[in-house]
Order: sequence, then C-alpha cells, then structure tokens
Amino acid sequence: MSVDQRTVRHIARLARIAVRDDELEALERELNGILDWVEQLGEVDVTGVEPMTSAVEVAMKMREDVAVVQDLQQEVTRNAPGAEDGFYVVPKVVE
Amino acid sequence: MSELTKLTLAAARDALKKKEISAVELTGAYLAEMAAGTALNTYVTVTAEKSMEMAKASDARLAKGAGGALEGLPLGIKDLFCTKDVLTTASSHILDGFRPPYESTVTANLWRDGAVMLGKLNNDEFAMGSSNETSFYGPVVNPWRRKGSDAKLVPGGSSGGSSAAVAAKLCLAATATDTGGSIRQPAAFTGTVGIKPTYGRCSRWGIVAFASSLDQAGPITRDVRDAAIMLTSMAGHDEKDTTSVDRPVPDYEAALGQGVKGLKVGIPKEYRVDGMPAEIDALWSRGIEWLKAAGAEIKEVSLPHTKYALPTYYIVAPAECSSNLARYDGVRYGLRVEGRDITDMYEKTRAAGFGAEVRRRVLMGTYVLSAGYYDAYYLKAQKVRTLIARDFAAAFADVDVLLTPTAPSAAFGIGEKTDDPLSMYLNDVFTVPVNLAGLPGISVPAGLSSDGLPLGLQLIGRTFDEETLLRAAYAVEQAADFKAAPEAWWKA
Repeated sequence: MSVDQRTVRHIARLARIAVRDDELEALERELNGILDWVEQLGEVDVTGVEPMTSAVEVAMKMREDVAVVQDLQQEVTRNAPGAEDGFYVVPKVVE
Repeated sequence: MSELTKLTLAAARDALKKKEISAVELTGAYLAEMAAGTALNTYVTVTAEKSMEMAKASDARLAKGAGGALEGLPLGIKDLFCTKDVLTTASSHILDGFRPPYESTVTANLWRDGAVMLGKLNNDEFAMGSSNETSFYGPVVNPWRRKGSDAKLVPGGSSGGSSAAVAAKLCLAATATDTGGSIRQPAAFTGTVGIKPTYGRCSRWGIVAFASSLDQAGPITRDVRDAAIMLTSMAGHDEKDTTSVDRPVPDYEAALGQGVKGLKVGIPKEYRVDGMPAEIDALWSRGIEWLKAAGAEIKEVSLPHTKYALPTYYIVAPAECSSNLARYDGVRYGLRVEGRDITDMYEKTRAAGFGAEVRRRVLMGTYVLSAGYYDAYYLKAQKVRTLIARDFAAAFADVDVLLTPTAPSAAFGIGEKTDDPLSMYLNDVFTVPVNLAGLPGISVPAGLSSDGLPLGLQLIGRTFDEETLLRAAYAVEQAADFKAAPEAWWKA
C-alpha cells in the first residue's frame, strides 16, 4: 500500500497538523519509504496468533471505587496559554 | 577534571557516609564541570540553586548519621521526567514554558532516597530519535571523538544528554527512558552502562509518554554497580500506573559478584546481521570468550522473527505516539499559535510545535490507525509482536541470559544520517526486539573501535530477572576492564 498527496493531506487533517503544499511531496516520499519497508510483515503467517495487548502478563489491578475530592482547578489550568478564573480559554466553538 | 567528579556513584556514596566529602562540595564540583561543559549541550535546564539547597539538606541528614540510599548524590534528569515547578520540555517546542505541578514517580523515588537534582538533560524530541539530533534545543555532542579527528559525533539517542553527561562527568548518574533502545544505544556510544528494566518495573507516571506499551525508565551510569544502585531506588510499584508491577524490589547491588559459573548464556544466531562491521563481530566473540572463561555455558539459540522486529516497531510505536501526542493542542499547556477558529489553532500550533521526525511519526501512526488500515497494519504488527515475544520465551527455556552487540556501529557524525530516516531506524536493530517483548536489557562498554570509539555489548534477561542480568553484566565488565575515557577537549 502507498499514500498519494491527497491521502497525506487527509492524514495531516486527521492529525490536526497544518501542512504546506510545498511539503506534501517530501512527506509523500518519506511515508511511502517507511510503508514499503514495513510491507515485509506481509510474509509472516499470523494465522491463529493473538495480538499482543500487554508487554508483561499481569492481571490488571483494581482499586477501591471511592471518591476523592481534590481542588486542583488552579493547578490544572496554571500552565494553559489562555486561562481565566480556572477555566481554559479557546476560540469560539459554537456559533 | 575535578578529583571529586572522578568518584563513581558507589564511591561517592561511601565517601559521604564516612564524611570524607560533603554533598555541598560534591554538588559544587559538578556545577563547575557543567558550567565548563556547555559545549556538549547536555543540559536544557540547570537547577543550580535547588541543587545546593538539596545538597545542604543532605549534609544535615548525613551529619546526624541519617540519610537514604542516594543521600547527597548529584544526578541529571532526562527532560522527559516531570519535575515539580521545574521546566519540563521533552526537548519539544510544543512544551514551551511547561512547569508541571507534580513530580514523576521515578524522580520522587530518587529524592525520597536523598539524591540531589543538577538539572534537566537534553534528549531527542519526545524521545523520538537515535542520535539526539531531533531536539528543539539542538544536538548533544558526544564527549568521545575519533582518534586524530575533531569531527563532532552524536551521543546516541534518545537519551543523548544523559549518556553524554555521564561520560563527560557532568553528573554522577542520570535517569533515562528506553522505548526502542534509547538507554542502551546511547550508553554504547559513550562508554557508559545503561539498563532498561522489565516493562512495569519502574512507574511511567509523570514521564512524558511516547509509546505507552514500550516506554520504560532506567539509569545511565559509569559502571554496573552504579546501575544496580540507581535501579533499586527508581523501581517499585505505583498505584498511579496500572502497568507498574506490584512485586518487591530486590537489592540489585547485592546480586553483583555472585559470578556466572554454570550460567547458561544464549547467542542468538539471527543477530549476526548482513553487513555487520567485523569489529562488532569480533567484540561479540570476545564477550562470548569472557563469559566462557568465567564459567558460563554458551549455547546458540534461534529467534526466528528478529528481522520483523524493526518494521513491527515502526507501526506500533508511531501508532501509540499519534495517540499520546494528541494532547498537545495549544489549550492546556505549552505553545499556542492563534488561528481563525479552534481547528485552525490546533493545526497551526501542532505544525509549529512539532519537529520533522515527530511530525513524520504522528502522521505514520495516524495512517496505520485510520479507518480501513487498522487491521492491515496495527493489528498485524501486534500479532507479529506476539511471535517475537514467543521466540524469546522459547530461548529462555534453555538459557538464562542472551548476549548480543548493543548497536551495529560506533557513534556516527552529527548530520550523517539525518536525511535518511530508515538508516537511522536501523541503529536500533538489536535493541527494539527487547522492548517489543517487554524484557530487561543492559549495555556494558566492552572495547574500542579501530578509530578509538567505545563499543557496547548487550545482555538480555528474563522478565523481572534483573538480578541475573546485572550479575552477568558485572562479569562482562570485570573481563572487559574498560578504562578508556574521552579527553576533556570541551573545556578548552
């Protein structure tokens, strides 16, 4: 499989990264270089093989379902490039 | 070079306990070396004032005969670890000005044990790279140079600031992280020791995430004993990371010196890759002889899916990175570039904030996870990953550890491989399979290349058997007797 410039633009849109027109050709070439190379996995027979979902076999630990009240609003918003009264400020989303 | 900074972590610890030196003196000596070593570009942030405060507190505890396992020992911290109120950038423009309101669990463990923070170390942007050239703060320079040359070489990556700072004695030891070789390959390139423990041994909480199923923290140090001491403090269960494992942390230092008599060492035949330089092959053979002479039993083993590890990694890691890096949106922290609406703001922020390699991996990951391609790429790769893990499990039914080279070459020149992402990826051919299988691995300096650069040997262990791994690494270290050190040209 390979990508064309239209697909690169679509992926960039999905990834929310602005890409200039003059960058598309190089990105197309680089991504196809990597895709051609990973294509060799096609040789591997994985019939009946389960996908690996955990690097180490351990049972997921459960914690007590208890509410913890923490007032972290100021700390959480402290690093925001735009914040007011403990809320994030973003460009208008709903008209 | 200051006499104080010549001490290893273990020697400095013992000297502090005996009050032969003070933490303030030791920390001051490191801060002076760091100020004289800025040409190497190892530190993104120096926390001099905080370092001296921490050192004074350590001296007060030591004076009372108290103090933890790392009391008064000055360390460098990879800038991927969140440190409370101290700038944490992951060496990315997109995290401009980020001061975490919390401390990562691993660094909190180090401070609990009395260690002193010198500052934050440079790395490849978001740990994506094998040469430390993708950092927004510029490349780190390897303290080692080729014989008779002043060409600048890379220190390996992504933990290049950590490896170079330890090699140049700009810290006693450093924290690092390893997703596909980012502790072991830089250790090999700089004549230092780097251990990536088993996945789950160290908490990932508060470490800037790259690929969550592969990321693991570990130390880079001057020798194997120092690595054992550091890991004992860094490791441990953490309720805040569900993938951290709840099992006791052994005293790793106590495992050293037990010898390797009767230990079964596997030599994976598929690691003899095409085009491997003769001197790497010769180094590997010497390593085999050393372990044999120390009483280990050598057996050839087969890991048939080895050649598929890198392509598997370059599907799994970008997929997880595209998901993890979705959080950098110009809203909650770091850089924001204004746009005409919120989507335009996201797109402009991320275009300006991510470097070329990070962007490439986010796009690659987005593609392999997108509708219609998920099964063909991501699911397939996760199945091949199962086969790679099974190969190791079968080998470990017969042997206790594996011995391989750490990297297919010595350190290369800055700018030599930046135009070709694939040739850069091939650096990690011997380290990536270990991350995919979640196993522990360590790199030990074992010799010099013909042009005078350090080369490393890698040992790979069973899940959570870091003790045997360190035992074998200590035996290799003893036999190799690696004493070479770079000349301090950067202080000119």
